[in-house]
Amino acid sequence: MTTHPVLSVDKLSTAFRVERRWREVVRSVSFTIGPKETVALVGESGSGKSVTALSLMRLTPRDSSRITGSVILGGRDLLQLPDAAMRQVRGDEIAMIFQEPMTSLNPVLTIGFQIAEALILHRGMSRAEAEAETVRLLDKVRIPAATSRIHDYPHRFSGGMRQRVMIAMALACRPKLLIADEPTTALDVTIQAQILELIKLLQEEEGMSVLFITHDMGVVAEIADRTVVMYGGEAVETGTTADIFARPAHPYTRMLLSAVPRLGSMAGHPHPVPFPKIDRTTGLPAPPEEIPDTVARAERPVLEVQDLTTRFEIRGGLLGRARGRVHAVEKVSFDLRQGETLALVGESGCGKSTTGRSVMRLIEPLSGSVLLDGEDIMALGERELRERRRKMQMIFQDPFASLDPRMTVGAAIAEPLVINRLASRAEAREKTAELLRRVGLSPDMAGRFPHEFSGGQRQRICIARALAVRPRLIVADESVSALDVSVKAQVVNLMLELQAGMKLAYLFISHDMAVVERVSHRVAVMYLGEIVEIGPRAEIFGNPQHSYTRRLLEAVPVPDPARRREKHRLSNEELKSPIRPLDYVPPERLYREVSPGHMVQVSDSAPPLPVVAAA
Amino acid sequence: MATYLLRRFLIAIPSLLGISLVLFTVLALAPGDPFEELATNPNVPPEVRTALRAKFGIDDPVMVRYLRWLAAMAQGDWGFSFASRIDVDQLILQRVPVTLFVIGSSQILALAIALPIGIYAAMRPYSVFDQIANTLAFVGFSLPTFFTGLLFILLFSIQLDWLPFVYRSDISAEGWRWYWEHLRQAIMPIMVLGFFQAASYTRYVRSSVLDVARLDYVTTARAKGLDERTVTLRHVSRNALIPVVTLVALQMPAVFGGAIVTEQIFRVPGIGSLLISAMLANDTPVIMAVTFVFACLVVLFNLIADLLYGWLDPRISFG
Repeated sequence: MTTHPVLSVDKLSTAFRVERRWREVVRSVSFTIGPKETVALVGESGSGKSVTALSLMRLTPRDSSRITGSVILGGRDLLQLPDAAMRQVRGDEIAMIFQEPMTSLNPVLTIGFQIAEALILHRGMSRAEAEAETVRLLDKVRIPAATSRIHDYPHRFSGGMRQRVMIAMALACRPKLLIADEPTTALDVTIQAQILELIKLLQEEEGMSVLFITHDMGVVAEIADRTVVMYGGEAVETGTTADIFARPAHPYTRMLLSAVPRLGSMAGHPHPVPFPKIDRTTGLPAPPEEIPDTVARAERPVLEVQDLTTRFEIRGGLLGRARGRVHAVEKVSFDLRQGETLALVGESGCGKSTTGRSVMRLIEPLSGSVLLDGEDIMALGERELRERRRKMQMIFQDPFASLDPRMTVGAAIAEPLVINRLASRAEAREKTAELLRRVGLSPDMAGRFPHEFSGGQRQRICIARALAVRPRLIVADESVSALDVSVKAQVVNLMLELQAGMKLAYLFISHDMAVVERVSHRVAVMYLGEIVEIGPRAEIFGNPQHSYTRRLLEAVPVPDPARRREKHRLSNEELKSPIRPLDYVPPERLYREVSPGHMVQVSDSAPPLPVVAAA
Repeated sequence: MATYLLRRFLIAIPSLLGISLVLFTVLALAPGDPFEELATNPNVPPEVRTALRAKFGIDDPVMVRYLRWLAAMAQGDWGFSFASRIDVDQLILQRVPVTLFVIGSSQILALAIALPIGIYAAMRPYSVFDQIANTLAFVGFSLPTFFTGLLFILLFSIQLDWLPFVYRSDISAEGWRWYWEHLRQAIMPIMVLGFFQAASYTRYVRSSVLDVARLDYVTTARAKGLDERTVTLRHVSRNALIPVVTLVALQMPAVFGGAIVTEQIFRVPGIGSLLISAMLANDTPVIMAVTFVFACLVVLFNLIADLLYGWLDPRISFG
């Protein structure tokens, strides 16, 4: 950049006081951001990228943090400014948006008020002026019917719409720099594509610079001009995005890039392939190992699901009568063989998790049949069901919440053995040790508590716990979604290895198309509670037929700056809701067989669905 | 909103019926009745006693007596106090205002102390102010009201002679003087109850504010450039108050219970001291009525808390 940078950060270090000692979490980070430039700060959790952003705004806790170095904005060092002057900068010259749209808006204040607040503060506007300006801003971020919505509270908006409100709030005073801290991580992929597009567009219109913090290399490739790679609190590599992707210099960058699941990388591989093992010192991937076909095609499927339907009633009124129904799962049918992975994909609210839970009868389905090894699960009594659950186990998304913090991991893994009377205490201890070894941990870790482990290790523990009862089927509900890329790759590899060794069938529920492509044999795409397309993995990814499948695949960011996509049409389409009136009768769906095993719903021409307002 | 209120009242009816049934049965099972002392009085012949018992239906089975009580209650007849020789409703109406005045004021005092101190302490956790506030709060709820009550009497009435220590309902003064005298004698009970409540509320407000203060939207508010004062008052406090409302409502039974003791110490002629004297006199209709009034108040305060909830938190709709 030959022009004067908007922001230059020099030797920024941030330390937090932990039990009377200072611990540096950001060490001597330097970078600049030019006018109208987008710089990505990329790294895994704990790399210090969010702390860097908070430090620029001086938003770290006052008493327990220490920021040194310099942050020059418009000729002034922000770190030397008095508090009052710094408050003038915040929201006016630098604005910030955060990861979690669900929690970053105040639930008890209207969105109009929250946006107007900054205008009244920095621009000295009157209430009426600020309100008019707020409407303009909401129009700018494409919120439909802005005038009527400014007096609404945040809970009336979806995640994507809330993030738009956050952006409107950030843009209110036309800042020179927008800091976006993982703004799309919590969003569904089609919504993520919309928000990225919106940020790009607004950046052009307003001529502002953007500091974009993310862990997602796909998003980086999509949006950033230059990239700063952070690792362990340091900026290990800085360069133009094209350079970083084409010629990564630092081993960590190389490792990060090779660990990124890429859509389309599986073309030509008939079976799932583990992620390549990466040499920690050079960051280069080892050649991929093909694993043999694990699917037992000749035998009867482990799981046969026919017309599974789960609905929830929405109650209200004086007597609490049903007012409407959530058609969470609607006539879903599939089967799953031993050693096979069927991925259920779709966006939030599409019913994929409910399907997983309905199969196990953790949620009681309304109708349909679920056969496990030929036995009807729906017909079982409570005791038999409990016994049969041994054959099907579940692994959840959040490894922090799915382990009891007061139970040692050994006890957690042994518990299913003991309560099912499969082993005595002594045997259980032995088995626990073996299971820990099996998932790549060491047996002496059994005496430790969950908080002593990292996210990836905890997920391994959850897998070991699920394996304890030697299940036939594992329902993995977004099991790797919350993990960092490199850890995600390891856990996926572990799951593949276990599948080959133990002939497990996986029902792999995920919204992450790139991971799904790697792990699954077959894929079912769910939309509004129904399977709209199901088929072999190569068919779904290589020859998608349903418009929704195509939309889903198109929205996935491609981790390759050279293939940055042409401008999308900017849409503000929301995820549709599966809430229906009581008298709603779901239409008969017809499926067309594209090729053997590849079925597509042919009801695209169905009339628009009536929708009742959520209570 | 109207539907919600109606539904809440409909739900309140069975719970109040249940409470009254339990109360009535327990009282009926307790030994002793209002005519026991007549047995020891040589001037009352046994026939009169039996006649009285028959007249008031005391020897009927519990269920019959309960239904009779319920029917009378439904028509607004609260019964007759055997000890005071007047109607129970009159007796209660005389006593309730004093209790509500003392408890109401003490709650207002408690919140007036707890809110600012709790919020201020939470915004500067582990500061000197926070430490002192915590220590005082700890001392505050470790000391029972009967102890602080006696301490106050000793200090303000006996040593300093500033305040009267017996609550009188027959103040002869008029006009402003009358109000002043009333207030003066209420100061000590209000303070004793108020401080005690303030201590636990402070701890609660503090932890609630601490929970809210680390949420994302507070960072959002700071990132807008708002000053600490505005962030605290506008963005933190209102959210932090939502759980405090529940606490205050749930504390109500305990507050009424505590008030019984306090009323006894300061001789406040409230509903609490009425309860105690009625118990000592085996005056069942009065005991029944007072405990039932307590139950109604508790149900009422819970309803108020839920309504406040809806007002504080727009996510809650009264659908």
